[in-house]
Amino acid sequence: MEVVQPVMPQSWRIESKPHKFCPGCGHGSVLKALGEVIDELKIQDRVIFGCDIGCSLLAWDFFNLDIIQTHHGRTTPVITGIKRARPELIGVAYMGDGGGYAIGSQHLVNAATRNEQVFVLLANNTNYGMTGGQMAPTTLPGQKTETCPYGRDVKETGNPTLGPEMVAAIASEGAYVARGTVANYRQLKKFVKKAMENQLAGNGFSFVEALAGCPTNWRTNAEKTWAFIEQKMPEYFKVGELKIPAGIKEG
Amino acid sequence: MTNDIKPVSGEKKVFMTGNEVVAWAALAAGVDIMYGYPITPQNEIMHYWTRMVPKFNKKFLQTEDELSAGFATLGGVLSGKKAFTATAGPGNILMQEPFSMAEMMRIPAVLVVQQRGGPSTATVIYSQQEVTMTCYGGNGEGLRIVYSTAGNQDLYDYTIKAFNTAWKYRFPTFVLGDGYQAKMRESLTIYNPEERGIDLVPATPMVGAPGTPGIHREPNHLRNTYNTEEELFQVIREMVTEYNLIAAEIVECDAQRCEDAEIVLISHGVVSRACLAAVSRLRELGIKAGYFRPITLRPFPETQLRQLAKNAKRLLVVESAEGQLAKLIMQSIYGLTIPMENYFRPGLGITAEEVVSQVENLLVVY
Amino acid sequence: MAGIVKMALAGEGGQGVQSVAEIITDAAYAEGKEALYIPNFGVEQRGGVSIAFVQIAAEENIGSPKFTKGDIVIALSDRAVRRTGQYVDENTVFIYDSSLEGIEDDLPTLAKRVLSIPAMEVSKNELHPRVFNIVIMGAAIGATGVISIEQAKKSIEAKLGYKFEQNPELRELNFKALEKGAALVSGVLYN
Repeated sequence: MEVVQPVMPQSWRIESKPHKFCPGCGHGSVLKALGEVIDELKIQDRVIFGCDIGCSLLAWDFFNLDIIQTHHGRTTPVITGIKRARPELIGVAYMGDGGGYAIGSQHLVNAATRNEQVFVLLANNTNYGMTGGQMAPTTLPGQKTETCPYGRDVKETGNPTLGPEMVAAIASEGAYVARGTVANYRQLKKFVKKAMENQLAGNGFSFVEALAGCPTNWRTNAEKTWAFIEQKMPEYFKVGELKIPAGIKEG
Repeated sequence: MTNDIKPVSGEKKVFMTGNEVVAWAALAAGVDIMYGYPITPQNEIMHYWTRMVPKFNKKFLQTEDELSAGFATLGGVLSGKKAFTATAGPGNILMQEPFSMAEMMRIPAVLVVQQRGGPSTATVIYSQQEVTMTCYGGNGEGLRIVYSTAGNQDLYDYTIKAFNTAWKYRFPTFVLGDGYQAKMRESLTIYNPEERGIDLVPATPMVGAPGTPGIHREPNHLRNTYNTEEELFQVIREMVTEYNLIAAEIVECDAQRCEDAEIVLISHGVVSRACLAAVSRLRELGIKAGYFRPITLRPFPETQLRQLAKNAKRLLVVESAEGQLAKLIMQSIYGLTIPMENYFRPGLGITAEEVVSQVENLLVVY
Repeated sequence: MAGIVKMALAGEGGQGVQSVAEIITDAAYAEGKEALYIPNFGVEQRGGVSIAFVQIAAEENIGSPKFTKGDIVIALSDRAVRRTGQYVDENTVFIYDSSLEGIEDDLPTLAKRVLSIPAMEVSKNELHPRVFNIVIMGAAIGATGVISIEQAKKSIEAKLGYKFEQNPELRELNFKALEKGAALVSGVLYN
């Protein structure tokens, strides 16, 4: 078993730690992967980090990077605007499943179709966390949330959104699309790195969804939280790379 | 439009539509990038700008909607580039969201609005019905600057000024035109502002400045969220104080023949042309009419209007809306007892002849 | 020419009303006059009634882009006749094409003069249907004298010259249409 380094990424900001995420929250892992990738690629001087509304906004002072906290669902267009005006910068748009697949889906789809040279990193924990655990586009069938207290009924509200599949289907050649999980940190970090390298190479749109936990709103203990992430979620959300630019090796 | 490859230099008299003028003004103001989404009657701004892009090494992005156009504009501005977008009607409603973010975060974004009929889809033609929304839209206190233009020369002058105002004072700035100005052809002089002694305020980045954050400099962590009421109150207080302080430097208006006026016609934008012509005609007929035109609707020329209202006998508000300008006026002159009449024509153009008729009828009654 | 001459031209989308208005105002501007032109149409890209409001003045500043009553109102379709009635008063010269049918009851009763001109007939029989709007342009100029025929020709050249290069007969055709139109109404209104 690999020893997980306890050291913080250099691009993390010590002054804003300990962070404000709940114990057991998936955001911490995802942002750690991002921080390590920024360190390894030595791009701390160039990354602009955008965060959405929802728990992702708690990352507004997370890094020693210039950060812009935007409106709900609007992180993708703000980062797009930055990248279009200053292509030498690296744009990372960070959001949750609500910001990416509900209110922000229009922007996600169009940024993908236009092959915007930005990296959208989305933490999928199947609910709207900060607002108290409402149903989200990625809530699983039968999963109970505050706005589907008897369990999500797919006859009423359809099936969970398959974001990376949608993006992969419409993205252009040059896009990188993957789904990772906090349950496999090494693989998630590899996907994040490839996404970042994709932007550095100027290939096109990069999108990584990360399956993440939300014990607070799932109302699960540590054991049940991991079970949900490792066993239940992958029944619907296949982990792996969905689209890779030609000539790049599969992970 | 000429085939010159150089940007505007010297002075030149031209004959073009308002939308084309806006594109030239943005060029003259040193704009780097425009983000936009189609909606009548401002589409030609994009049509002209996209043709200028390769000639003058500028940038353009057509987004998927006005929300994206507005937020992408904020992105461009945040990165330290002069950026703007343009819209009308239902698009303006969507722009209120990004421009609320601009208000809170003091992002110097510029929006050109070419008013059309409202509410909802209404007409693609003209109105003055977006005054309330442009001045006070969004979920804040309307800490924004709004210039109401009255024709193509104004569109040129004030579009250039909007960028300087925005970047100097850091409140989102709006150029409030309308569908008539957008589509009408009339003559104006285009010029290089710096050759006329108008310095262009430089753009500076709020994100992506040189140096590695945390190593060479502190990172810029920009947020629009606060945890406590007290924090928010403090922030707003400071913004309002600053806004009120600079208002005197920004406010603009035009008053003519008001000193001995029996009745003062108050109007803004393109309607002010009809009122100015009406005042001339009324004076010829022996009626002592005066003319007042607020040029900045935000901040509103309250001091000047109150001064004038103290001396006049009656006011007549003339607008192509159902009282949106009148509301701003009433707010300004609260406490004064001067009688105020109105001539409201929502969505409809107003001619000098009708204004003259209105005044004549009013004075007969009294 | 004293004061501001106010001209409204209306027709079906596609009849070339806006092009005519644009050329007239360009020509007036080229002659050093004050000119203001504004188009007016509905939401459709094609079809629908198209109206152009043109104001030309020797020196005076032109106020509002639209006017309540025109000095000249020209209507080229039956819908245009009905639509433009509101711009006519006792000082207006109202001109319509004689080929229009079923509009007798819609013609203005108050106008200074109501003239029907055979612009469509002349275009079809003597010129070409496609220069119908240029015949109208000639009529508009002949009726108001707002610009000289020479300047009108120059402005037509400026706007349509690229077509004439491919097909030089078009130039003669357009210029003839202009002169023909002017002849149809010359002397109606002196400024």
